[in-house]
Amino acid sequence: MGHDTHIHEKSVAQHEFDRRKNAVEMRKQVVNFAIMILFTFIAFAVVVADFSPYFIKPFILLLAAVQVVLQLYAFMHMGEKHASHIGTINTFVWVGAIIAFTVFLCFLTIIWW
Amino acid sequence: MDINTKYTPKTWPDHAEQVTLEGKNKFVGIWIFICSDIVLFASVFATYLALKDSGPSGMDITAKELFGLELAFVMTMLLLTSSLTSVYAMYHMKNFNSKGVLIWMGITVLLGLGFLGLEIYEFYEYTVHEGFGFTHSAFSSAFYLLVGTHGLHVIIGLIWITGLIIRNAKRGLNLYNAPKFFAASIYWHFIDVVWVFIFTVVYLMGVLG
Repeated sequence: MGHDTHIHEKSVAQHEFDRRKNAVEMRKQVVNFAIMILFTFIAFAVVVADFSPYFIKPFILLLAAVQVVLQLYAFMHMGEKHASHIGTINTFVWVGAIIAFTVFLCFLTIIWW
Repeated sequence: MDINTKYTPKTWPDHAEQVTLEGKNKFVGIWIFICSDIVLFASVFATYLALKDSGPSGMDITAKELFGLELAFVMTMLLLTSSLTSVYAMYHMKNFNSKGVLIWMGITVLLGLGFLGLEIYEFYEYTVHEGFGFTHSAFSSAFYLLVGTHGLHVIIGLIWITGLIIRNAKRGLNLYNAPKFFAASIYWHFIDVVWVFIFTVVYLMGVLG
């Protein structure tokens, strides 16, 4: 069955190394989180600061897009090459995004024109 | 050897959530679900944008008057932080610290409950005090459909994670429950992904008019 995995005991050095590696990865994730929080602050700030809507709208949409890519690749592990079927998953997500965008465009053009 | 094999921090595999076939399948499965959810949210988003501020003649409530930023800001912070706490849970899973996983998943649930409470309060205010009920206009229907669908996802996520915590409280980590926690954390991040677009498109762009 697919559950079969052999138990492999790590050496002390390997174990210590892996723990440190996990800690470094976690620190990177906190940095990613800090970037997301910063972008959220900026998005709210430009709206409160009352800039021209022609600047604000594309700008906050861009911030949202960057935040989402960070979420997908950092928090949701889409960038991890070892993960199973990661190529299929990437293809699915981006095709999903393209379909989503098309649906979006369709609805808007049907209603507005 | 079966999935109930006991592990120690030293024998715990590096990517425990994807060592078994079941774990691999769960990872792909949750992503296929998320892709279908992307399309679902695309249609409710498109509906909202198309029907924003429109309704029967004489309709007097617009997005610009209705939405406030304070509540949306607090909700965004709660959900974004809950995303980080579930990353902490996954970090403890890598280190075979089952208590850490349970505690951080618990914090995630609490933050999610805070978010849900604020959302219910917001809907209550709109419906009862502003007279902006679901049937008020095309705009209100589209708004509640979009934000409500997201809220439903939050409720399902909370029930799911709470169930996992209760069920695995005394089991410790093994190759059977590691993929379950992992899939739940990916689903929770996806809820945050959708919310990033909701606060940008609905609240921020709504306030702009």
